[in-house]
Amino acid sequence: MATTTPPRARQARESVVIRFAGDSGDGMQVTGSRFMVEAALAGNDLTTFPDFPAEIRAPAGTTYGVSAFQIHFGGVDVTTPGDAVDVLVAMNPAALKVDLKDLRLGGTIVVDTGAFTERNLAKAGFPASPLEDGSLASYQVLPVDITRLTAEAVKTFGLSTREAHRCRNMWALGLMLWMYGRDRQVTTDWLRRKFADRPEVAQANVAALNAGHAFGETAEMSEHLVGYTVPKAPVEPGRYRAVSGTEAIAWGLIAGMRGAGLQKMIFAGYPITPASLLLHTLAGLKSHGVITFQAEDEIAAIGAAIGAAYAGALGVTSSSGPGVALKTEMLGLAIATELPIVVVDAQRAGPSTGMPTKAEQSDLFQAVHGRNADAPLAVIAAATASDCFDVAIEAVRIATKYMTPVILLSDAYLAHAAEPWRLPDLSALPRFPVRFRTDPAGFHPFLRDPATLARAWAVPGTPDLEHRIGGLEKDYDTGHISYDPENHARMTRTRAAKIAGIANDIPPQRPALGDDHGAVAVVGWGSTYGAIQQAVREAREDGLDVSHVHLRYLNPFPSNLGDLLQRFDRVLVPEMNTGQLVQLLRAAYLVPAEGLNKVEGKPFKVAEIVQAIRGVRPL
Amino acid sequence: MTVTTITDAELTPKDYASDQEVRWCPGCGDYAILKAVQKALAELGARRERTVFVSGIGCAARFPYYLSTYGFHTIHGRAPTIATGIKLANPELDVWVITGDGDGLSIGGNHMLHVLRRNVDLQILLFNNEIYGLTKGQYSPTSRRGTRSPSTPQGSIENPVSPCAFALGAGGRFVARGVDTQQAQVVALLKRAHAHKGASFVEVFQNCVVFNDGVFDSFTAKDAAPDAQLHVEHGKPLVFGANKERGLRLKPGALALEVARVGDGGVPLDEILVHDETNRALAQLLVGLEPPEFPVALGVLYCSPATSYEADVYAQARAAGFGRDVADLGTLLARDGTWTVE
Repeated sequence: MATTTPPRARQARESVVIRFAGDSGDGMQVTGSRFMVEAALAGNDLTTFPDFPAEIRAPAGTTYGVSAFQIHFGGVDVTTPGDAVDVLVAMNPAALKVDLKDLRLGGTIVVDTGAFTERNLAKAGFPASPLEDGSLASYQVLPVDITRLTAEAVKTFGLSTREAHRCRNMWALGLMLWMYGRDRQVTTDWLRRKFADRPEVAQANVAALNAGHAFGETAEMSEHLVGYTVPKAPVEPGRYRAVSGTEAIAWGLIAGMRGAGLQKMIFAGYPITPASLLLHTLAGLKSHGVITFQAEDEIAAIGAAIGAAYAGALGVTSSSGPGVALKTEMLGLAIATELPIVVVDAQRAGPSTGMPTKAEQSDLFQAVHGRNADAPLAVIAAATASDCFDVAIEAVRIATKYMTPVILLSDAYLAHAAEPWRLPDLSALPRFPVRFRTDPAGFHPFLRDPATLARAWAVPGTPDLEHRIGGLEKDYDTGHISYDPENHARMTRTRAAKIAGIANDIPPQRPALGDDHGAVAVVGWGSTYGAIQQAVREAREDGLDVSHVHLRYLNPFPSNLGDLLQRFDRVLVPEMNTGQLVQLLRAAYLVPAEGLNKVEGKPFKVAEIVQAIRGVRPL
Repeated sequence: MTVTTITDAELTPKDYASDQEVRWCPGCGDYAILKAVQKALAELGARRERTVFVSGIGCAARFPYYLSTYGFHTIHGRAPTIATGIKLANPELDVWVITGDGDGLSIGGNHMLHVLRRNVDLQILLFNNEIYGLTKGQYSPTSRRGTRSPSTPQGSIENPVSPCAFALGAGGRFVARGVDTQQAQVVALLKRAHAHKGASFVEVFQNCVVFNDGVFDSFTAKDAAPDAQLHVEHGKPLVFGANKERGLRLKPGALALEVARVGDGGVPLDEILVHDETNRALAQLLVGLEPPEFPVALGVLYCSPATSYEADVYAQARAAGFGRDVADLGTLLARDGTWTVE
């Protein structure tokens, strides 16, 4: 029987960064996700950063098999997964080896001493146990034999040793939930649902969760075992849920289909990390009018999307950089035939196969320019997981209204990262019903709407509109094949003008933070949003005259962007590439934009951007 | 087999011609195939607004421009992918794929494999002229060894692929073969292909008068044809020759065919194999027959229907309540748990 000890006083923290790290088989992603839900339910704002290896099951205990899930939660506006880790939960020596470098000095390490065997230490490359050689003196180490304590907690449920061992993550989760005063009811319910057909496994996991929690409640072993309080964040009232970028894109595409008044979406994809998640998510949403098609290759996937668009459905395909490269010729066909498709590019580190699970923003040039000939299309990018919802709707709107392919840029980070999302008012979502052409009078397939320059969308099955389209150049006035030089020039200019004209149909660019003029504009796009936002906020608190401008529209740019940038003395462009947006801005507006570039497969730290802001601050 | 189609009015082959001038080389086999397709469409009473021709790149790929139906001239080798997307979006459409030996078996070989094994309900017409015509005469994946061309001045050293053998190997469930100049037979094959639910693969030997003229003469020339062509018919003995005096039988003691003389001085007719178009093993033997030892097998070599891909896709989708919740985005967004901040 555990004796009841008087509750120790909890210490207050504004925000905390925890990283759960272990072997790929240790269930760290699940552990982190569950913590996220409990923190969100307690009213914290938060951002997560799952970081896992490309290997599905690397040899157990090795450093390249380490999988981690970082969560930054707090009572403030949390925009990034956090620069430095406050608490590292290391389930084995390899996890400690890999993840210690991100722990702040004085940070807490919770280690499963049961996993610090000689064999595991050797696999991780430790000559001696770091728990004993004094190398962790700068941190607060909390050694707990989670392996043994879990085994004891679950021994009555008749699990195999292996199954019992797999409950360790719930024990660790229980301890962390205790440490931050978070509930565990929702996780308990979730475990019962998840293992509904194996009640003994459910019970064992719940028991491990409770045992970890009780350990925190009752242990007197260490002054490092302290409970904390983290207040609720001042978030807007409303109904919330946790959402990842992948989910938000899936639902945004469905909302876009609804906004366009289309009855079905044909989503065609080929398996590729990290884009496959979108295929998986949509495959389960048939009742929402989605048909998914796993094609034989990337080309077939976009081909099916184009065929679907031709036949009057919402055609969507998704991939990552190397796959989008394969789709290039098809994009040209969609441009030439002026058919509406959405291409989601979950960018990853490259070139070639690169680092498939790591994020980068290096497909911007590919998206904007990466095709043969003059082949313009619309490019937009999502900034956060919840922004993915609105951006996906916008992609469908632009595609269908302008009869053009739209590339939606996401990345490996957004694909997995999750954050709380206030559910939108569904009645206020944009509506942009498409009008299929049915009137044969004066019809030809390249008849254009004078306002948008979009061609008529006439789908097979419509009587008296039978027509032929293809990749060959068309006559402007009849839609027939034409090799006439002047006609080609006119069609090329028209295709360009159509895309350029989208600039008049999107909101003018406004700073995301700060004034519309000043000393420094930090201009970003995509998933760097959170880090730039926080960096600019901190710099402004320090009195610097700096604004954050974040671009959703990358082609065309908003019509006022040039004017806006001219009103700043300096333009700093942080990007997770070697300088792509910065070149586009310089080319478009002749502004002396300066790059801040990071290609480590990891998001920017806030401090890195703050430092750069200071560096370019006019004296 | 009966074909039921709804027609508004009787259409003639001419009604399926577009207003575009046909621009193939004079004497090209494609003209004859175009006529056969227009005739088949008229006989089928095909509704133009519900018919779509999808092509890739090459001489054959110009086909859709010359028909008054819907048409999509896509990119090299990829027509099956776009046709698949069309059928997924609207399974009611009647979709034909026009391809060639380079388009369908070289750059587009992968898509051909998968569209056949998936059994998407399409009519796939592969015009085989054993040459790249539109790019001025390079050898193709069906060119025979030794074919001299601008890119093989000493003769091709590659082994050709047999389109029908490929189609069978890929799991195609309807495989047929015809000759461009034999219009009546091609029309009949096209109608059979159209009636078949699932992917129907029809290879048409098509003479390229400019770059590969006479390449099929060994079995299409008037004097050679009777002895070098075997027109198969389901349930009928596999006989050929001017007076049907020769036939195919199983070679005793081997899994192989042999040519036997029938009747006077030969074997009795009941020793000759009877064509069974549902027999895959027989089809595999037939597609491999080549002159001079054997005749070339023409007609419906294999036909064994099964549910088509898009039908299965929609059966699954309906089982999952396809489209039921389109109006109910709220439930989707709220599932997996929400919390309320006051």
